[in-house]
Amino acid sequence: MSHSTALPAAPDSFDFLVREEHHVANGTLLGFWLYLMSDCLIFAALFATYSVLSQSYAGGPTGAELFDLPLVALNTSFLLFSSITYGFAMLQMQQGKLKGTMIWLAITGIFGAAFLGLELFEFYHLIHEGATPQRSAYWSAFFTLVGTHGLHVTFGIIWLITLLVQLRKHGLTVPNRRRLFCLSMFWHFLDVVWIGVFTIVYLMGSMS
Amino acid sequence: MSEQFELSKLIFGRLSWESIPLHDPILLATFIVVVIGGGALVGALTYYKVWGYLWREWITSIDHKRIGVMYMILGIVMLLRGFADAIMMRIHQAMAFGDATGYLPPHHYDQIFTAHGVIMIFFVAMPFVVGLMNYIVPLQIGARDVAFPFLNNLSFWMTAAGAGLVMASLFIGEFAKSGWLAYPPLTGILQSPGVGVDYYIWSLQIAGVGTLLSGINFVVTIVKMRAPGMTMMKMPVFVWTALCTNILIVAAFPVLTAVMTLLSLDRYLGMNFFTNDLGGNAMMYVNLIWIWGHPEVYILILPIFGVFSEIVSTYSGKRLFGYSSMVYATLVITILSYLVWLHHFFTMGSGATVNSFFGITTMIISIPTGAKIFNWLFTMYRGRIVFDVPMLWTVGFMITFVVGGMTGVLLAVPPADFVLHNSLFLIAHFHNVIIGGVVFGTFAAITYWYPKVTGYKLDPFWGKASFWCWFIGFYLAFMPLYLLGFMGVTRRMSHFDDPSIQIWFQIALGGAVLIGIGIACFLIQLYVSYKKRDSLRDETGDPWNGRTLEWSTSSPPPQYNFAFTPRVYDNDAWWQMKANGFVRPSTGFMPIHMPKNTAAGIVVAGISAVFGFAMIWHMWLLGGLSFAALLIAIIVHTFNYKRDYYIPVEEVEKVEAEFEAKRNEVLA
Amino acid sequence: MSIHRTLRNIFFTAIIVLLSGCDTVVMSPSGDIAAQQANLIVWATILMLIVVVPVIALTLLFAWRYRSSNKDATYSPDWDHSTSLELVIWAAPLAIIIALGALTWVSTHQLDPYRPLDRISEGKPVPEGVEPLIVEVVAMDWKWLFFYPEQGIAVVNQLAAPVDRPIKFKITSTTMMNSFYIPALAGQIYAMGGMETQLHAVINEVGSYDGFSANYSGEGFSHMRFKFLGMREENFDEWVAKVKAEGDELSRPVYKVLEQPSEKNPVHYYSSVAPELYDAILNRCVDAGSVCMKDWMSPHHKNHDSSANPKARHEGHHEL
Repeated sequence: MSHSTALPAAPDSFDFLVREEHHVANGTLLGFWLYLMSDCLIFAALFATYSVLSQSYAGGPTGAELFDLPLVALNTSFLLFSSITYGFAMLQMQQGKLKGTMIWLAITGIFGAAFLGLELFEFYHLIHEGATPQRSAYWSAFFTLVGTHGLHVTFGIIWLITLLVQLRKHGLTVPNRRRLFCLSMFWHFLDVVWIGVFTIVYLMGSMS
Repeated sequence: MSEQFELSKLIFGRLSWESIPLHDPILLATFIVVVIGGGALVGALTYYKVWGYLWREWITSIDHKRIGVMYMILGIVMLLRGFADAIMMRIHQAMAFGDATGYLPPHHYDQIFTAHGVIMIFFVAMPFVVGLMNYIVPLQIGARDVAFPFLNNLSFWMTAAGAGLVMASLFIGEFAKSGWLAYPPLTGILQSPGVGVDYYIWSLQIAGVGTLLSGINFVVTIVKMRAPGMTMMKMPVFVWTALCTNILIVAAFPVLTAVMTLLSLDRYLGMNFFTNDLGGNAMMYVNLIWIWGHPEVYILILPIFGVFSEIVSTYSGKRLFGYSSMVYATLVITILSYLVWLHHFFTMGSGATVNSFFGITTMIISIPTGAKIFNWLFTMYRGRIVFDVPMLWTVGFMITFVVGGMTGVLLAVPPADFVLHNSLFLIAHFHNVIIGGVVFGTFAAITYWYPKVTGYKLDPFWGKASFWCWFIGFYLAFMPLYLLGFMGVTRRMSHFDDPSIQIWFQIALGGAVLIGIGIACFLIQLYVSYKKRDSLRDETGDPWNGRTLEWSTSSPPPQYNFAFTPRVYDNDAWWQMKANGFVRPSTGFMPIHMPKNTAAGIVVAGISAVFGFAMIWHMWLLGGLSFAALLIAIIVHTFNYKRDYYIPVEEVEKVEAEFEAKRNEVLA
Repeated sequence: MSIHRTLRNIFFTAIIVLLSGCDTVVMSPSGDIAAQQANLIVWATILMLIVVVPVIALTLLFAWRYRSSNKDATYSPDWDHSTSLELVIWAAPLAIIIALGALTWVSTHQLDPYRPLDRISEGKPVPEGVEPLIVEVVAMDWKWLFFYPEQGIAVVNQLAAPVDRPIKFKITSTTMMNSFYIPALAGQIYAMGGMETQLHAVINEVGSYDGFSANYSGEGFSHMRFKFLGMREENFDEWVAKVKAEGDELSRPVYKVLEQPSEKNPVHYYSSVAPELYDAILNRCVDAGSVCMKDWMSPHHKNHDSSANPKARHEGHHEL
């Protein structure tokens, strides 16, 4: 496969150059997606760790003894709803409606905060029952996995508030639309991770 | 009284005057040298009033070329530190026999071998490789910069911040005494209560963020920003290897982040991931760190394979033999590098089936690697090989690397590994591939692309001197280590009983000294070449009769790289342009859209370093404040919407005309 | 002076150095397992040299022949592909790796440290009725403690075994990760806290051999060495009698003192050992009142699995 692709018979300089301004595709969404994949690997490592340590109670309390499934189910619904409301925000954005976008974003943020609140309440309850992160390798893995997800939600909310301010200031500009799109991917990603957490930690943990 | 105590704890954590190793003469002397040297440097910079220039043109620069150069400088500076550690170890081991204890107490010696490994991998090899990719990749794909120029600047400063923390550990406190991968339970809080392991954790975390960001950046750059016509199978091999390396970075470094986080949770919050008690499992750490660690060695070597591919083809005056075979070999290595991590601990007691699975996957990697070697070989075949310095490094590499590869495959046979694991044979093996591969490749690359970066070539005499010192020095330093491995001598020993093996350590010391002379020759080469820069000047932009697009620009390339984006038909794009009598257009220029410089990168990285330092010393107040500052700095940066500007067409015209005039003058 | 010649000289020096390695303890050991491992190294190296030697030779040859000053050599600047050559390039290493892979699979199973021995040396199967000598090994900071459960004795920093009798080592650690390695006897295996690894081996020649930790474990690591004595059966019995006569009692309180980090410990004999001490070390419950790891599991789980805790049953750990 030597000189391949057809070259003009008598090439001139501009056969080798782009005469007009060359617009490079914006790579932000691809880049952000790559970041999410790398974040996904952090969660993969934490899930793997949790699985390895899933029986390492060291004589302490087990997950099955302490989990309050209805509470976690309620919490899960908060997060799932927040994903739907974010979807509404994106629909409003696509129609160019700034106010609607911001209202749905704010509702998303409130759901996220409610999720965090319930999670903290759950943590408080667990620690109160003696299931501290220090008690056994199992609880270390539990708090780290669930807590890392919670930290992501926290940063998501900080980002969301920042974006609300930026939307107010600059409106639905191209960069702001791009940011809304990135945060949307981030938020749905956290939802997907949470489904994993709910299934593997809470449902399977309660069964064992 | 106690309140006062509490307050000072809150502010200073565990830092006190005792943490400064004034009692250690070696460290004290080093410290004085660093203070005098650093002071002289700062003084000189101030005297010549270059701070403003440095700040505007380098520190805040988002130009991938400038950032690439800064990475290389960081690599060279840290190489000196890493080598100082190496020579100290070699001297100590050559002395510490029988009744002689050597000149380093174990707690100092243990820090040195840990620092040596950490520095050489994270702060020498990584900056070299990332720096090369930074400089070359956008030029080779015909782009004006990377996809995220600001992130690129941030990545560099995060790496530098990590390196800064490691350097700080020399004079404030201590470094880890754990070996470069810091296995628990040795690195748990019970066994290592000091700050050493914390320095290790935070420098790796901070530098790791930088590496991860730059990985994402380069994948997007290569996927999205190639010149029109450059399909995947027309990318230069160096770009291919860079793509694979950055995919590996994105897929491996998160695991390092995760495992370092778990270790810090054990240490800071008393959790039990890797402890002996309460259900912890240290084997999990070993698995996780090697799931990162094995891809890491391919992250280092793949771009170097790319470098050699470029060099062999250029200096043989021939198209690269078996381009597609080269690409597939790279892809196979990329994928397989995830399926071999367990070969680093066959001796942990996995079953025979698991061990042989990982042993065999490891051997399979040698097939595509072997194919690469053959491809270089047949690129040389029927070529016209010009033995400039880069080609010397290449031939040196090919010979050395196959030996290293062979010993590597030997270690992949589990029962053979049972007798050679953790021995000096292993040390010899990985130095054989890292020095023979990464280091030789880096020096080849520096010599090859130096005229592109600076506008003048490197002086060949000192380059050859450096090559021969390194080459012979390497064999002298590491062949005895292979032999010592067969004698059952283990790594990381600070004392030996058997005097009969001392001679081998003395030979190895001789080799290390020779390598030191090689490094000195390289530094002299930089100086001499600068002095003789007028006679070594390259005005054509294409001093080696190159084949890829970077040689189509001036040396050094203008800030915008290409006035017109190239259109590509062949994987040796520039070679083809030359063959078809390409003439640079002198009219039709347009204003060029470029990103603006920003101080955000160094600010964020600086605050991260302060945060890391505060966490290391348990300065909770400073830690909290700096974390808040970090968040604020990032948020403030996102409020900056004006990040670009246009280079006016007159300026483009002027720069291009100047280049053309000088070029014609030389060619006439 | 040519590059070519210098390179060749260096290469031959390297080979000579490697070959001279054949007198070393790893390549000429005194135990059957280590001897098989040494053989394997030789065979694997020979297999690889089939590719490596031609590659190095061709590199030097091509570098010399196609140097730019040699205008007689053919120059074909556009020649970049040859299907048949590509096939050879991929097939040759593949063939070697298939051979080496087969060798690896067989030898890894054959020399699995967990596998009880079926021979004591080449052509000599383990005689009927001979049970392996059991030694329980504890890596401590920074010394080795060996329990002989059958003999009821324990020794610090000295290990003895009769020649031609299989030995089964059960290995654990008090804190750090160490690696139990006697090059003359057999390959190494890690010693880790709260878990047990195993090694089966046999010593075939009388002698005194070096044993040590092959995994860095902190400040006293360099001195974590002991002598391994291969003895005739009767001498071994005498040695046991000597330990019993000269030794102290290893009670749990004495053990707690021994457990403290120390360096360069002299050989020390213990004529009697507190009951279940090794088991308590393995399960991290030497302290009075502490719960053993194997008793952590809830009764529900214990019915399923009576054999100690899951971590101590280390073998299956990676077989996920």
